[in-house]
Amino acid sequence: MSKPTLYKSIFELPREEYLSPGHGLCAGCLVGTIVRVLLKVAGPNTIVVTPTGCLEVSTTPFPYTAWKVPWIHVAFENAAAVASGVEAAVKALQRKGLVDPSKKINVVAIGGDGGTVDIGFQALSGMLERGHRVMYVLYDNEAYMNTGIQRSGATPFKAWTTTTPVGKVLKGKLQPKKPIAEIVAAHKIPYVATANPAYIIDMANKFRKGLSVDGPSFIHVIQPCTTGWRFDPRYGIKIARLATETAMWINWELENNEVFRVTVPVPKRKHVKHYIRAQGRFNHLTDQDIEEIQRFIDKEVERINKMVGKEVIGPVVE
Amino acid sequence: MSDLWIRIPLTSNYAAAYAAKDVDVDVVAAYPITPQTPVVERIAEFIANGELDAEMIHVESEHSALSACIGASATGARVFTATSAQGLELMHEMLFIASGLRLPIVMAIAARALSAPINIWCDYSDLMATRDSSWITVIASSAQEVYDSIIQMYRVAEDPEVLLPAMVAYDGFIMSHTYEPVYVAKDRAPILEYVPKNFKNRYRLDPDNPITMGAIADPNWYYEFKYQQVVAMRKAYEVVKKADEEFGKRFGRSYGFVETYKVEDVDIALLTYGGLYGTVQEAVDILREKGVKVGAIKLRVFRPFPYNELFNAIKNLKHLVVLDRAITFGGVIEGPVALEIATLLKFKSLDTNLYNYIVGIGQRTVTESDIIGIVDHVSKLIEKNVVPMESIYWGVRE
Amino acid sequence: MSFEKKLPSWKSIPIGGAILKPGNFAERPTGDWRVFRPIINQDKCLRCLICWAICPEPAIYIIDKPYRTSSGREWKFTLEIDYNYCKGCGLCVEECPVKAIDFVEEVK
Repeated sequence: MSKPTLYKSIFELPREEYLSPGHGLCAGCLVGTIVRVLLKVAGPNTIVVTPTGCLEVSTTPFPYTAWKVPWIHVAFENAAAVASGVEAAVKALQRKGLVDPSKKINVVAIGGDGGTVDIGFQALSGMLERGHRVMYVLYDNEAYMNTGIQRSGATPFKAWTTTTPVGKVLKGKLQPKKPIAEIVAAHKIPYVATANPAYIIDMANKFRKGLSVDGPSFIHVIQPCTTGWRFDPRYGIKIARLATETAMWINWELENNEVFRVTVPVPKRKHVKHYIRAQGRFNHLTDQDIEEIQRFIDKEVERINKMVGKEVIGPVVE
Repeated sequence: MSDLWIRIPLTSNYAAAYAAKDVDVDVVAAYPITPQTPVVERIAEFIANGELDAEMIHVESEHSALSACIGASATGARVFTATSAQGLELMHEMLFIASGLRLPIVMAIAARALSAPINIWCDYSDLMATRDSSWITVIASSAQEVYDSIIQMYRVAEDPEVLLPAMVAYDGFIMSHTYEPVYVAKDRAPILEYVPKNFKNRYRLDPDNPITMGAIADPNWYYEFKYQQVVAMRKAYEVVKKADEEFGKRFGRSYGFVETYKVEDVDIALLTYGGLYGTVQEAVDILREKGVKVGAIKLRVFRPFPYNELFNAIKNLKHLVVLDRAITFGGVIEGPVALEIATLLKFKSLDTNLYNYIVGIGQRTVTESDIIGIVDHVSKLIEKNVVPMESIYWGVRE
Repeated sequence: MSFEKKLPSWKSIPIGGAILKPGNFAERPTGDWRVFRPIINQDKCLRCLICWAICPEPAIYIIDKPYRTSSGREWKFTLEIDYNYCKGCGLCVEECPVKAIDFVEEVK
C-alpha cells in the first residue's frame, strides 16, 4: 500500500463540495456529513455506486440530484457487483485506450447496513474475493431506516425497531449485531477500517487510505439516525462520540491483513449507559439489561486490547 | 467471402463465445450454469490466450453477473453475458433494470426448462418468462444464426434510437452442445466495421461529465420513461430489420424476422422457433413425399414481435399449427407464442384456424414422427371441423 | 392528472431517467424545514471549522470576508450559514466548542 499523505486537521480538508445542498436527507442526518467528507477526500474523478436506501432516495428524486460526481443506483442487493462492473469497465477501457489511461478513477460504493450486511452481503463478499479496486463505505444506522426502522443484521442487541417491538413477552432484538467489518477482514483485503463521523479527521484519513490501496477496501462508519434511534437531531455527533467513548464502537483499522490499530484510543472509558440512555430505541432497557450489555462490551474491549497487544481502551471510569 | 471467413465446427455455445470475441467485448461477467457453461469457458480461454482483450468478472451469481454488466455498460464498456434457466430467473430483477437504464447489453441464452422439478434440459420456459422485460429477443435455429445474431444484436442494441439490451436464445443441449459447421470471421476488423464501438452516443458514468443514473421517478415521471421504452422497442423493429439486411449485404447471410419453408402452395403450416424448426422442415419433406402438402414457419424475433412479417407469412393459410416449447399456465391458450399469434389473428382480422401444440417440455424428445403425428392429428380435427379452444399437450402420458 | 401542469413530454426528458445537471438539487431550497435557526455569533466564533465540517447539507460556507471582532481580533474569513438550505438540525449549535452559535425559534 502506497502511503497517502494524511490530514492533520480540518483545515486541510478540501473546500470543494461534491454533494449539493437541497437534498432530502432528514435534518441532522449524518449520512450527509459522511458523504460530504468522503467526496472531498475522493475528489471529482470518482464514480459512485449507491444501493437502494436512505441516501439514494433522498439525493436523487428525478429530475434532481445532489451528486456532482458520476453516480449510479441499480438495486438494493448488488452495489458491490455493480461497482465490480464499473471498475472492470474502467480498467478495460483504459487498457484499450478508449478512456484516458493516465487518469486515476476511484470507484466507491456507499451502502447502508441493510444493503451491505444483509441483502447485499453475497455481492459484497464476491467483490472482495475477486479483488476489485473498489472502496466500499458502509453507513451503518443499524436498521432498515428507509423503509421505516425495521431490524437488520446490524441492529444491536436489545434495540427496539418496528419489527423488534417492545411487547409483553419480547423486548427488542434478541441477537447481537453482525460483526461485518471483521467478516470483511476475513477476506484478507488490503484495508478494512471502522470510523465515526465524530472523529472526522480519523474518518477522512481512513477514506484516504482506502482509496490508496490496490484492491478492495471497506470502511464501516457508524451513523446515528435521529429518526430511528429516537433522539433530537442536534445530538447526532454527541451520540456518535459517546459510542466510541463507551467502546460500543471502536475505531480501528487493519492494513494488509497484518497491522491492526485502534486509531482512537480511549484511556478512560465511559459506562455504556451514557450511550444507551441517550437514545429512545433503548428506552425499555432495565439497569440489568444495560449491565448485560456492559459485560459484553467489557469482553469485547479485552479482546481488542489483546489484538493490539496493549491496553488502548481503558477501564470504565464514569 | 472466403477471405473473410473460416469454416469450423462449433456448438451454438461456442458460436456465442466466438461472436463475443469478434465484436471485441470489453467486459464479460458470467456465472456457469448447465447448459450455458461452455460459453463462459471458451471466453475464458480466448482471454487467457490473448485472443480477446476483456475483463472477465467471475461473479458469484447470475444476479451479480447482470449487475456487473449493468455497471460496466453504464461506464461505456461493450459487455456480454450468457445464462440459462435458473440463472436467467435469478437475473430477472436485473433484466428490467438493464432495459430501464437503457443499457445495450447482449446476452446469450441456452434455453432450459425451469425448476421444479429440476431439469437441466431444453425448453423455452426460461426465455418466455422474460417476455415483458423490454429486451430485444431473438431465437436462433442454428449455430451460424447464433453467431450472426449476436453480432447483429450489438448493432441493434447500441443504436442511439434503440438503446435496449438484447438476448439471443438457442436450444439448450440440442444446439448448445451439438457441433455444426460455422463460418466465423478470420479477423474481427470487418465485424467491427459493421458494429463500430461508440460509447459516446449514450449516457455513461464519466467523471468529465458527471451524470446521475438510476434516479427515482415518482408517479409524475415514471410513465414517461416507460413510454420511451415502448417507443424504443417499436423503433427496434425497424433497426433489427436494417441490421439484418446490412449484415446480409456485407457478409452474405441474413435471416429476416420470420422464415418460411414450402408454404407457397399450402393451406396448413407449422410454426415454431429454435432448433425444432429443423425437425419440422424434415417432417415437411417427409410428408410432401407422401403427398401431404404442409409448410413450415420459423419465428426468429420474439421481441419486438414481427406482426407484419408474420401476417404476410400466414395470411393465405387456412390452418396454422403453433408448436410451443413453453407453457403460460392458466392462459387462454397455454403456448406463449400461440397466445401472441391469436392476438395477431384477431387484430389483423384473419380467420386462419389456430391449433396450439405444446411439445418438448423439459426436452421430451420431438422427432419428425411426432411432427407427422401432429399433422395427422390436426388433419382429423380439420375433417371434423373442430378447432380446439385449448392447447394440446402432445405426448404427455395419460 | 390535474397536478401535472407543465411537466415536459416523454420526448424531452433524458432516457432512462438520467439526470444531466450535476448537483441541481441546489435549485430546491430546504430552508423552510427549519423550526429553529442557528445564528453564528461572529464575535465569539473561533473559526475552528467544526460546524463547516459536520454540516450534513452543506449549508455552512467559508467566506473570504475579513472580520474584526468587537475586541479587535482580525479574522481573514467568516463562516456563514446559508438559510436557503439550513434545515435547523442544530448539530453545529451543539458541537461548537465555544458556544458561538445561538439557536432561536423561527418566526414565520
